[in-house]
Amino acid sequence: MRAFVPISVSSWARLFSRWDVLAVLLILGLLVFLGEASRDLFQPLAELQKQPPSLDPRHLPEYAARTTLRMLIAMVLSLIFTFTYATVAAKSRSAERLLVPLLDILQSVPILGFISVTVVFFMALAPGRVLGAEFASIFAIFTSQAWNMAFSFYQSLRTVPVELEEASRNFRLGPWMNFWRLDVPFAMPQLIWNMMMSMSGSWFFVVASEAISVGNTTVTLPGIGSYIALAIEHRDLAAVCWAIGTMFVVILIYDQILFRPLVAWADRFRFEQEPGAAPPQSWMFDVLRRSRIVDQLTKPFVDLWRLSLLRRHPDKVMPAESARRTGRGWAFQLSVIVFALAAVALWQVVRFAVEGITLRDVGTAILLGFATLVRVIVLIAIASAIWVPIGVWVGTRPRAAYLVQPVAQFLAAFPANLLFPIVVSVIVAWKLSPNIWLSPLMILGTQWYILFNVIAGAAAIPAELRSVAVNLRVRGWLWWRRVALPAVLPYYVTGAITASGGSWNASIVAEVASWGNEHLQAEGLGAYIAQQTDAGDFHRIVLGIAVMSLFVVVINRLFWRPLYHYAERKFRL
Amino acid sequence: MSAALLDVHALRQSFPRADGGEHLVLDGVELSLVQGQIVGLLGRTGSGKSTLLRLIAGLAQPSGGTVTYLGEPVTAPAPGIAMVFQSFALFPWLSVLENVQLGLEALGLPEQEIRKRALAAIDLIGLDGYESAYPRELSGGMRQRVGFARALVVHPNILLMDEPFSALDVLTAETLRTDFLELWGEGKLPIKGVVLVTHNIEEAVLMCDRILLFSTNPGRIISEIVVDLKQPRNRLDPRFRDLVEKIYVAMTARTPTPLQIGATVVPTATINTVLPRVSANILAGFVETLAAAPYNGRADLPVLADELHMEVDELFPISDALQLLRFAEIEGGDIKLTDVGRQFAELATDDRKRLFQRQLLAYVPLAAHIRRVLQERVNHTAPKSRFFDELEDHMSSEDAELTLRSVTAWGRYAEVFAYDDDSGTFSLENPT
Repeated sequence: MRAFVPISVSSWARLFSRWDVLAVLLILGLLVFLGEASRDLFQPLAELQKQPPSLDPRHLPEYAARTTLRMLIAMVLSLIFTFTYATVAAKSRSAERLLVPLLDILQSVPILGFISVTVVFFMALAPGRVLGAEFASIFAIFTSQAWNMAFSFYQSLRTVPVELEEASRNFRLGPWMNFWRLDVPFAMPQLIWNMMMSMSGSWFFVVASEAISVGNTTVTLPGIGSYIALAIEHRDLAAVCWAIGTMFVVILIYDQILFRPLVAWADRFRFEQEPGAAPPQSWMFDVLRRSRIVDQLTKPFVDLWRLSLLRRHPDKVMPAESARRTGRGWAFQLSVIVFALAAVALWQVVRFAVEGITLRDVGTAILLGFATLVRVIVLIAIASAIWVPIGVWVGTRPRAAYLVQPVAQFLAAFPANLLFPIVVSVIVAWKLSPNIWLSPLMILGTQWYILFNVIAGAAAIPAELRSVAVNLRVRGWLWWRRVALPAVLPYYVTGAITASGGSWNASIVAEVASWGNEHLQAEGLGAYIAQQTDAGDFHRIVLGIAVMSLFVVVINRLFWRPLYHYAERKFRL
Repeated sequence: MSAALLDVHALRQSFPRADGGEHLVLDGVELSLVQGQIVGLLGRTGSGKSTLLRLIAGLAQPSGGTVTYLGEPVTAPAPGIAMVFQSFALFPWLSVLENVQLGLEALGLPEQEIRKRALAAIDLIGLDGYESAYPRELSGGMRQRVGFARALVVHPNILLMDEPFSALDVLTAETLRTDFLELWGEGKLPIKGVVLVTHNIEEAVLMCDRILLFSTNPGRIISEIVVDLKQPRNRLDPRFRDLVEKIYVAMTARTPTPLQIGATVVPTATINTVLPRVSANILAGFVETLAAAPYNGRADLPVLADELHMEVDELFPISDALQLLRFAEIEGGDIKLTDVGRQFAELATDDRKRLFQRQLLAYVPLAAHIRRVLQERVNHTAPKSRFFDELEDHMSSEDAELTLRSVTAWGRYAEVFAYDDDSGTFSLENPT
């Protein structure tokens, strides 16, 4: 049950290739373009809402339904993106060289940064005002879900066992059939696990994406997110509690109705042939599978699906190996287009920068970036010091792990920003320094990844190794140093990478918090981006986002990637 | 004599090497398969026999030469050529029936026909009652039966088998072989010819009508042996034993750079020789076994292989290494300890290491080379990459990696040099 690594760790030959640079340029260029496009379209949007959101808890079910719907639509979009983007990256070597670094960079762009830059653009795009806002919100949720799903799918496609691929070609499965019969099933368990992670992650951003104000554009869509925003504005603690309760129920329903059945179903796609641990159970899945009505209702669709997989043109076969994964024919044209785009992007970025940003601004942003960096490092260290021992303790006790694991997963799905109001009121009441006491909010939601990866790692320590330790009377600190910590290190690193990335993302919300008219702000890059978003200063929003992405990418390449490889090589059991 | 189903002509396969040269895997391979024959491709690991099978299957493109199937060149997986894989290659998410149906679905046949043919194949291969089982519920033998059924159901003209029994235990493999030969002999299989890749000599003699022996680096056909024994064949039949013996002789006679010492041919290593991957402990154990009764320093290779339950793939690297280090000689399919080898068997651990060190430095130039470089350097250390790059100019990077690993293992055992895997450096000092 180990999470995949959410950054590109595949090649460790070079820290940065020119494709990374290209990827950075293209994304920056796109952001600048969207920012500029929306500046021209900047008009006050009057009476967005005919019906202002209300704090009446009776509206909560409807709000919850709307929020859920947005997330589901975003999930469908993410799946479509995953199946196309990742497939192209995995099947074509020339496309892969650009697409993978691009994805890596996209992952490190703060999600709320996407919202700030794109919201006005999307609203201007659709003539119906609410529709435009819905687009923006769904797009924001999409950006919080899609990247790691695509990444996991790409990695799975690259690791499809050679003999299965050969069998598929030997029996002349066409590309379409090969995709659905081999590639997708093989990737399914990992993909579903990532869908769950994505869903958890996107709860965090739902709250932020339904009630946004960029400059003098304010979007308030009916949903749980805007309900919470309103509750905070009105300092209504009861309403916040109602929202927390609703969220709790919705996440529980999601888990039981959607993900449990999916996980139980995906168990058949596990590649390991040996019978391992007990298969995951789901009452919902059992009900669906055993129900005759469901069977009959779905039968026409299943038949249609099977029919589409039957080969209609038995002549089109995938060619032999030397022709695979190359596509030399269009590689050159593609490179030319990519370089041209990169040149345009570079020109745009430079012009944009020269126009509105001084060197001082850049310096400020980088300095603030270091402030946030210090916070992230300290927080990861503290969270590790707390959760690694607990995780090992739990993981080495199967009964405890059985109880704690689902709770930790649930906590990871729970949007930590719901707790912000409570924290803010405490800080205000006790007159604490926001620079220190706002920081823990950044890691509130992401620390759980450390916990449940460590639990999984500790549970995977072979019984013999533990017996040897007991037999040799290895105890106390020696046991931690020689047995427990090395064994969980690869798992811990995977969790810590996720936690660190998530913390950067969260800093935009966590470094600025308010409770009614109490506004608290810490010094940091997150606060900087939030501030510029409020002011509607696109130059500085883009600058903040670019600096933050740079920080994340550099830390991933210089620190996490080498650490991951070291742990994999040395301690993987 | 009927017309050839398959013709392979002047086939060549090579891969680019790091230094810009090319690494030749297969060279000048000629092969033809006629109706009613089982042709065996026999060779050691790295002789390119599996590569040849993939070229025939249209899974890879040759660098030169042609593969012709029923008069048409093979450039992509051809209909009528089906393959059975060593690791079964079953789709774990498909049931037995679905796995068998897969190839028929790819042909776009009507659903009733797919079902009928799949059930018939399952019935034929003895999988009745397992239709709805998933591969992970089956034993290795049953899984490979699914592999056979899946290949046979498409009614191929040619069945390609890539070491289909080598992942199975001895008894299961024997049962499956016998069942296959029975069905083949009775003409119940919808196939016209078989190409079997194996490194098991007895298996080849048991099943094939013709056996092609492959040399290593690059893979070339060194000899063709016709097996005209009647099926079912008896392993204890003297003519069967003779053939096995003959193949052992043929396979051990090949040497990369022969050097005549008296009447025997002894392989001599240069710095760029690909070293066999055998641990020093296995070498020591093997020398001890050979020195003791009943062998008393001399053994017939096929007999030894049988008694030690070793496949050629395990046995030959050991005999190669022993020859390199001058602990043993090979003569007409027999392995014989040299005086040094006998001496080695009698010594205690520390003296053994000293003797091994002497032989290693004298006859494995790469080991001597590494030691010399270390002695010349001021700090007596050198990165692994230094030697790796050097080797890579003359062999594929996998071979270079394996060769370095072998020499490291031997050098460590003989205390010729030390190696630290974390930093990837060789040094003269052992850690204290």
